[in-house]
Amino acid sequence: MGLKDVLTRLPVGFWTVLKTLGRRPVTIQYPEQQKPMSARFRGRHQLKRYEDGLERCIGCALCAAACPADAIYVEAAENTNEARYSPGERYAKVYEINMLRCIFCGYCEDACPTNAIVLEPIEFPTGYTRESMIYTKAMLLEPPPPGAPDTPQQTPPGKYDRAILPFPPIDESV
Amino acid sequence: MPVLLEATLKSAVLLFVLLTGFAYLTVLERKFIARLQARIGPNRAGPFGLLQPVADGLKLIFKESVTPAQADKPLYFLAPVLVVVPALILFAVIPVGKGPTFQLASDINVGALYVVGVMGVAVYGITLAGWASNNKYAALGGLRASAQVISYELGLGLSIVAVVLMASSASLADIVEAQMPGNILGWFIFRQPVAAAIFAVTAMAELARAPFDLVEAEQELTAGFMTEYSGMKFALFFMGEYVKMIAVSALFTTFFLGGWSGPFVNEFPALSVVYFAVKVLACLLLMIWTRATLPRIRYDRLMALGWKVLTPVAIANVIVTALLIVLGVPGFGS
Repeated sequence: MGLKDVLTRLPVGFWTVLKTLGRRPVTIQYPEQQKPMSARFRGRHQLKRYEDGLERCIGCALCAAACPADAIYVEAAENTNEARYSPGERYAKVYEINMLRCIFCGYCEDACPTNAIVLEPIEFPTGYTRESMIYTKAMLLEPPPPGAPDTPQQTPPGKYDRAILPFPPIDESV
Repeated sequence: MPVLLEATLKSAVLLFVLLTGFAYLTVLERKFIARLQARIGPNRAGPFGLLQPVADGLKLIFKESVTPAQADKPLYFLAPVLVVVPALILFAVIPVGKGPTFQLASDINVGALYVVGVMGVAVYGITLAGWASNNKYAALGGLRASAQVISYELGLGLSIVAVVLMASSASLADIVEAQMPGNILGWFIFRQPVAAAIFAVTAMAELARAPFDLVEAEQELTAGFMTEYSGMKFALFFMGEYVKMIAVSALFTTFFLGGWSGPFVNEFPALSVVYFAVKVLACLLLMIWTRATLPRIRYDRLMALGWKVLTPVAIANVIVTALLIVLGVPGFGS
């Protein structure tokens, strides 16, 4: 870098930097402002329900088996017609995901026979302690659809004998 | 002992202003650099991030203070002090305003010599920190510091010599007075532009700030001489760097920007402090702007610039200035 460069190029560089003062900052102030996310973004898990308020999850633990990070723990219990949580014989009594282990790969979605677990572009898990990062069923389960009762429900005998098909059909087109 | 009392009070006020200035200079730098890079900068701690230095300070106080097992303990603890103290006492001779009220010891007749000497001491802290840490990165950083600062001290001293020649005095108070023939053109930056440029570059190198921050070049030396320092000892190095930034800006203001001079200082002496502060702030912003603009210079080029360009040019400048003064050219000599 000779004297000529110092006198010609240095001022250009300094001016380029100074011009940036007039630009609007590109910063997105995260918790208050958020970037729009793709509808298919794999964020936090949500346990889905049917239109009548019953949980889709049948406690089969295929998601726990598919999980490469071993982040999911499922404990199943029996449904009865007096206290029914999901169609079929069993439901998930305990459903926990350790968000510190989860790698958000989406294999649990693929493994689920009833499309009960879905990674949604919502609320990213954060916390100050390890304990608070274990998400329980109550935190993961979506609220019942409008008008539908919460679980457990009282159901007529014979209506929910099958866990998966034919009732209610799963819309695979989405 | 009213003299001693007065000096103590002034020193206390000066220390308070300097330490507050240091704290807010860190915020200023982060905010200004952020704007120069189209970012926002710290804005979470308090309104506009104004409590950021408090948060930083608290964090550093509660950090564990680690001492390497093989460190040379006395030197290891002495080094941060040796960096901070020269930066602080540099201010003793700088006239921050008009009249003795705003001056601590600026009328000593070897002020310029004192400045060069005290600035030279600060490098001991950095070199000793690098040596005492018993860490290869720290040692390399300390080595670089000594080579760099010795090379650039020559140019710095010689640029001050030109100023001293112009003012026919080494007292900083006299140097400010010599720049006031009534208009802004009396400032030495206009009468001694070469010396001003050399002082600006060499002072930046003395501070070991970008683009001359090879002493702590993160990419090569992790953190250079302060690799092994944490907690408050790290904070002291940080403080030393920023107080020295303020001190060097104050020196540039005193030597080249007419010090505290400005309109209406005779009627309102307190105004001179404001002028001084504004000029120092301008120098600080310029330094931050430089850091945001220039990449780090290569080590051999740093040495080449110091020895092959700045030092010879500074010597030539001293000779030419002396000749012009002897020949009695208007605007030179007093």
